[in-house]
Amino acid sequence: MWQRIYALVMKELLASFLDKQTRMVVLVSPPFLLLIYSFALTQEVQNVSLVILNQDAGLASRELVSRFEGSSTFSTVKHVARHEEIIKAVEEGGTLAAVHIQSDFSSKLARGDVAELQLILDGRRSNAAQILGGYISEIVGAFNDEVIADTKFASPGPKGSVIARTYFNPNFNTIWSAVPGLFAGLVATVGFMVSSLSIARERELGTFEQLLVSPLTPFEILVGKTLPALLIATISGAAMLFLGVMVLNVPLEGSLTLLFLAMTVYLLAIIGIGLFISSLANTQQQAIIGLFMYMVPAILLSGYATPIENMPDWLQGLTQTNPITHFIVICRGIFLKEVPGLVIWHHLWPMILISLVSLSSAAWLFKKKIA
Amino acid sequence: MRQSISRIQALSLKESAQVMRDPSSLIIAVILPLTLLFLFGYGVTFDPRFYKVGLIIEQPTPETGSFETALRSSRYFRVSKSRDLRTLEMKLVAGSIKGIVVLRSDFSRNAFAGNEAPIQVLVDGSDANSAELIQNYVRALSLSWLEQEYLKTGETFPERVRIEQRIWYNAEASSKNYLVPGSVAIIMTMIGTLLTSLVIVREWERGTMEALLTTPISASEFLIGKTIPYFVLGMISMGLSVGVAIFLFDVPFRGSIAMLTLTSSVFMWASLALGLFISTLASSQLVAAQVAILSAFLPAFYFSNFVFEIDSMPVPLQWVSYFVPAKYYVSSLQTLFLVGDVPRLIGQNTAILFVIAMLLFAATSVRTRMTLE
Repeated sequence: MWQRIYALVMKELLASFLDKQTRMVVLVSPPFLLLIYSFALTQEVQNVSLVILNQDAGLASRELVSRFEGSSTFSTVKHVARHEEIIKAVEEGGTLAAVHIQSDFSSKLARGDVAELQLILDGRRSNAAQILGGYISEIVGAFNDEVIADTKFASPGPKGSVIARTYFNPNFNTIWSAVPGLFAGLVATVGFMVSSLSIARERELGTFEQLLVSPLTPFEILVGKTLPALLIATISGAAMLFLGVMVLNVPLEGSLTLLFLAMTVYLLAIIGIGLFISSLANTQQQAIIGLFMYMVPAILLSGYATPIENMPDWLQGLTQTNPITHFIVICRGIFLKEVPGLVIWHHLWPMILISLVSLSSAAWLFKKKIA
Repeated sequence: MRQSISRIQALSLKESAQVMRDPSSLIIAVILPLTLLFLFGYGVTFDPRFYKVGLIIEQPTPETGSFETALRSSRYFRVSKSRDLRTLEMKLVAGSIKGIVVLRSDFSRNAFAGNEAPIQVLVDGSDANSAELIQNYVRALSLSWLEQEYLKTGETFPERVRIEQRIWYNAEASSKNYLVPGSVAIIMTMIGTLLTSLVIVREWERGTMEALLTTPISASEFLIGKTIPYFVLGMISMGLSVGVAIFLFDVPFRGSIAMLTLTSSVFMWASLALGLFISTLASSQLVAAQVAILSAFLPAFYFSNFVFEIDSMPVPLQWVSYFVPAKYYVSSLQTLFLVGDVPRLIGQNTAILFVIAMLLFAATSVRTRMTLE
């Protein structure tokens, strides 16, 4: 039995590695993507432009404007003279935010009244715009604290009364928070790609029937298809891990062994789902589309781009059946937190369950489909 | 000329029949778009519901009590109180809470004095987006709490410049309103680039390309005949998605249908052209699919301002984004939905898409082999 499995594994590996293009897309490009996308996966707001309409001639408004100009958040600060120009700049997407200072700004401040500052944000990208709004209110807050304190109206007022400390990622390094999720996503992509086509390709070319009439049992075919995919994806994953830690300098606080153990279970779940989709499909095209039908929602629901906490409860329940969700939590835990083993186990057993169910249904489908 | 048209027609008909017969076409054109819209419409959102945070009060006073009430009544937080920082830190490590708010023992003394920071916020930096939002919310909450406290004592709150914030085009700042239009671009990329690249590689892989080569069909006739059915499929899918977005998810649509159709057709051509170009490079469907994912699907996701901010990326990556068709289309879609026909912006986007499409078609025509080597 093991000899038959060995033969099948070797054949699968040869089929994958002999083709130069396949080697490229499966082994080289995913680690390369990790490098590129770790810089892209940021929801920070930087280097944006700000449009300012200052209709006030006083000193206070000029002081505030110079604070905006000095802020590193804005790469350019553009001054306009009329409100119509603000409308045009925001409408045509030239700027995410615009500030309008009215002509009575300085005089109101001098009288000790509250002066209004109009802030206009582009709702087409409201998430980024609101983060930017947060930065702008910090600038205005500092202006309030420091400048107004010098005037005769100053009373002992509250200053920045909150200090924040960030655990696990003290400098708010976005690469640190991006890499664990990206790693989980890319490992899944490789696992899905190599497993989902393996059976569909044989079906399309008619060689799967030959496998079925050979002395191989469905279990042996399953093992013979799973092991090569696991090996290829693990190599690719190890390369990504190496780049993440050595080149991108992401810390690895937890245990490497634990990470590899969890990755193996994760990949078994992914490959099981891939093989299941593959054995449902008659052609490679169907397998790829079936894969997308699963993969895209699964990645969106994994907490990769938007937090799971934002989802309604019923959807949060659904995310528990998604191996990517669990592995992202494990990765964030092991990379950044040195999370205790019990927490890992919490996310490990659902993946074990998923892999058992998906692998056995795939094996069951091998035989079923032919009849 | 007439013969040419009839050849194109014959190929298109054959291709359409193939599309109609394959259930996977239905999946990619109808079910996948609906699933994506459904997810972005209901679940996948940047709008926070609430964050679970821990609260530690080192020394209870009337002031800490009123702050706790303010924190608990905020719709952004679910508060669990504890005496011990260690327990909460363990929960933070396990990920069951996202932040810890600590009111120091000198809270009551310092809250109004303005010389020291009496509130500490400890956040989980492994989830940077949530961490930043929690900080912002606690900061905003503490300011409004202070204002309330000042009102109670009858003093005026020493704030001087007040920000009046307006969010144009999307007053309720609902991320659904821009994620749903953006997902239309992802859907069309998948049909145009992924599906199309697979189709031609399949002809080579199965050997039916040789059969086509023996016919009088020319390279450009082949390309046109092949793409028409997928163009129609993509446009149907676009229409369906836009309809669902407007009528089911209440995303406002302020532009004109004519402008939407025009800019979508040009984007669809660009996507198809990229798909065709990939098919001339790839030797197997596995490779074609992977290249389509890498060069079209992922860039449409990352480099289009759909979820991630291009402005914040390093400059070389910003340069990459200029070559991503989805970037221009997402911008047009978000504008058409939320702002209206902004002729200069949409015209410019569409013109760039047109140039990209033409370049890709030219490259494809050069590379398409109508002979056996």
